[in-house]
Amino acid sequence: MSARPADPSRREFCRSTAVLGGGLVLALTLPARASRSRPSAVRGPAELNAWLRIGSDDSITMLVDRSEMGQGVYTALPMLIAEELEVDLARVAIVAAPVGPAYVNPGNGGQVTGTSNSVQDGYEKLRIAGAQARHMLIAAAAARWHVDAGQCRADDGGVLGPKGRRLSYGQLAMDAARLTPPKDVKLKSRTEFRLVGTPHPRLDTPGKVDGSAQFGIDVRLPGMLYAVLAQCPTLGGKVSHVDSSAAAAVSGVRRILPTDGGIIIVAEHVWQAMSARRALKVEWDAGVHHALDTASIGALLEHGERTGHELTAKNTGDVAAALKREPHVLASVYELPLLAHATMEPMNCTADVKAGHCDLYVGTQVQQAAQQAAAEAAGLKPEQVNVITTLLGGGFGRRLEVDFIPAAVIASKAMGVPVQLLWSREDDMRHDIYRPPARESLAAALDAQGKLTALKLHIISPSATARAAPSTTDPFDSVIEYADKIPYAIPSYHLSYSRQEVGVDVGYMRSVSHAPNCFAIECFMDELSALARRDPIDFRLALLEGKPRHRQVLELAKRRSGWGLAKSGRFLGVALLEGYDSKVAQVAEISIAGGALKVHKITCVVDCGAVVNPRIVESQIESGIVFGLSAALWGEITLAEGQVRQGNFNDYRLLRLNEMPELDVHLVASAEAPGGIGEAAVPPVAPALCNAVFAATGKRIRRLPLAGQALA
Amino acid sequence: MTTLTVNEKILTVDAAPDTPLLWVLRDHLGLTGTKYGCGLALCGACTVHVDGVATRSCVLPLRALEGKTVTTIEGLAQARSHPVQRAWLELDVPQCGYCQSGQIMSAAALLRSNPRPTDAQIDAAMSGNLCRCGTYARIRRAIHRAAELIPPGSEE
Repeated sequence: MSARPADPSRREFCRSTAVLGGGLVLALTLPARASRSRPSAVRGPAELNAWLRIGSDDSITMLVDRSEMGQGVYTALPMLIAEELEVDLARVAIVAAPVGPAYVNPGNGGQVTGTSNSVQDGYEKLRIAGAQARHMLIAAAAARWHVDAGQCRADDGGVLGPKGRRLSYGQLAMDAARLTPPKDVKLKSRTEFRLVGTPHPRLDTPGKVDGSAQFGIDVRLPGMLYAVLAQCPTLGGKVSHVDSSAAAAVSGVRRILPTDGGIIIVAEHVWQAMSARRALKVEWDAGVHHALDTASIGALLEHGERTGHELTAKNTGDVAAALKREPHVLASVYELPLLAHATMEPMNCTADVKAGHCDLYVGTQVQQAAQQAAAEAAGLKPEQVNVITTLLGGGFGRRLEVDFIPAAVIASKAMGVPVQLLWSREDDMRHDIYRPPARESLAAALDAQGKLTALKLHIISPSATARAAPSTTDPFDSVIEYADKIPYAIPSYHLSYSRQEVGVDVGYMRSVSHAPNCFAIECFMDELSALARRDPIDFRLALLEGKPRHRQVLELAKRRSGWGLAKSGRFLGVALLEGYDSKVAQVAEISIAGGALKVHKITCVVDCGAVVNPRIVESQIESGIVFGLSAALWGEITLAEGQVRQGNFNDYRLLRLNEMPELDVHLVASAEAPGGIGEAAVPPVAPALCNAVFAATGKRIRRLPLAGQALA
Repeated sequence: MTTLTVNEKILTVDAAPDTPLLWVLRDHLGLTGTKYGCGLALCGACTVHVDGVATRSCVLPLRALEGKTVTTIEGLAQARSHPVQRAWLELDVPQCGYCQSGQIMSAAALLRSNPRPTDAQIDAAMSGNLCRCGTYARIRRAIHRAAELIPPGSEE
């Protein structure tokens, strides 16, 4: 994705500050109430652009327009501004940006944190913003001193002028903010960076080790009530009849509100609301999905392979001819289940609806959509809703959805006070917008020398984008990832997609379709290497002529993992990914004893281009590997009679510390443009693991998860 | 009415006796550092110390807390000075951070009873704390680092 740097123009700045002026922002480590009112006597901080405010007291505040959900944007993005502004990040306060046009992410078509592109989007844009502000501060100092700006320079939060004169940014900020941002600022070259590329400590860590970090669930407002929502256990079902007498009698219960989305129970405390919900007697109308189950979803996808609604995304050479002509052909089908995001912080939202206004405190990846959803629920215009983004206790794409917002707004409007609405873990698991299931049908041909000459991939899956953005004109959006960027040289390649809805709302989950497609393609590549009687890595390398970055990660992973030198009883499997403009090679080392799989080590080599903060990048890679392991080993949402069968962490199993393999994460030094890193390490895990299972057992794993499959 | 000590303050709480300690802390006492994750003692996000022992507060009713001493993440140490917090800062353990109060409270309880834990002992003490961001490798390293930071002679 090419992130076009936005011009932080004056017009955008003015529009965004209009939004800012009317609302409040949530400081990173301060309680919401502390930032609520600013004493009017204090001269307000000067706003140098949409991302930067400097107070006369030399306080520096950076507004981050991407949501912090663990991926480190509250550190990496300020580093980009600070690099050019010449300030010490230790004195910078971080706040979440409000809704504003300056904050739109062109790569995602909105103010959206997703697609791993926050750094790609901000890499130039935020350095330009920092440089423009620096120029304005220098110009203000030069004017004050009646000297040429060329005689002045920025230095650690101030401007130095002739004869040793110095003014701090705080002394200059109000003057500087009145100037027009210069066009065409010259940015530092990579060799001049003092901050970008260093492992600067995360700015959000202190609040996350002493309990002061504010997540959505931690918002506390005067007079606030708490609410829970009883939703139909059958997907898409509705309330038929409610007997709320017992629930209403629970101490502290203030209101029981039936709505289209379920029954809202408002109480003075969370536990009272939860207790009342248990006492609520509801008859549900299960609706059209009353018979939906996992087997029927599988059957629908199988049917989808033959409906003839197949759309061709790529077609080079002549796959059909090659499949007839070549001496070796192979066909396989890979299957992937529904998955839940399972963020550690369940969905929640706090709304404070007043006449003509709503403050919305929410951990969201989509500020504009959150604003829109709240406005609709409150009967307000979007601009009357002020979105205050809290820290997110995990996002992974779940908080790209706004389904948990309206009930909080409805409750606050009905009660006339702020209401925090919280989903239980079971609500969160059973009413997720799930990672789509998929069926991937592959065929390939090898010539007499064992070289891959043709590949056919047919993906059958529901479409997350068709649900999330029904007006989309791209039927392939989010479903052919990696499949459309396979780095291997294959003379004939046919890639197609059949959209097959299955009755379950599906959405985007970390690495989206990179994971299912990488699983199918990289496992199938392994099958083909076996058919060709070639080593799996050598087989891939032979198809990567002219792809030095892919070759390098694969060769490094081969060397670092001890490929070909595994200890007795240990087995290795490999997988490669091109995604988010990053290149990832992984090798899994496993053993199987008595049918039980143990993952000993994951070697992961990544070339993600230029790196802003290697410490955060390494964390993200470790994180992606764990996320991929949980999905590959156990991840599966199943349905019976239209109801999700998993409800909590006992039946939706996630990797635990005692199951953690050794990790060897290696970043390739690169001067290329930055790639994305929040998701890129997830997809290769499952295929590397399953290819290792084949090495150990000779058995091909063609569906996930591994749990419950015989590995002997 | 239940009287208990929370972070060295003696408090009387007026809430239904079946109210889990988690919600007493969060809703009645304003101590939001302790998190709700599962409500069934499956994830460890709600871990606090009760009489010095790492305890899942989401399943411990108020009625069981009469006269007990509770320490939460807010009361663990002044200004993030506990060796576990210092190690967590040094290694930048948290990502989203939601589970980390619970992780830190479990790690602090482990080091209190065992100031030099082995990897197997860390496994045993920490496998009840889920982290969806997958910070486990850093958690393990940070516990070993915290063990080094414990002042000599302060071991029990």
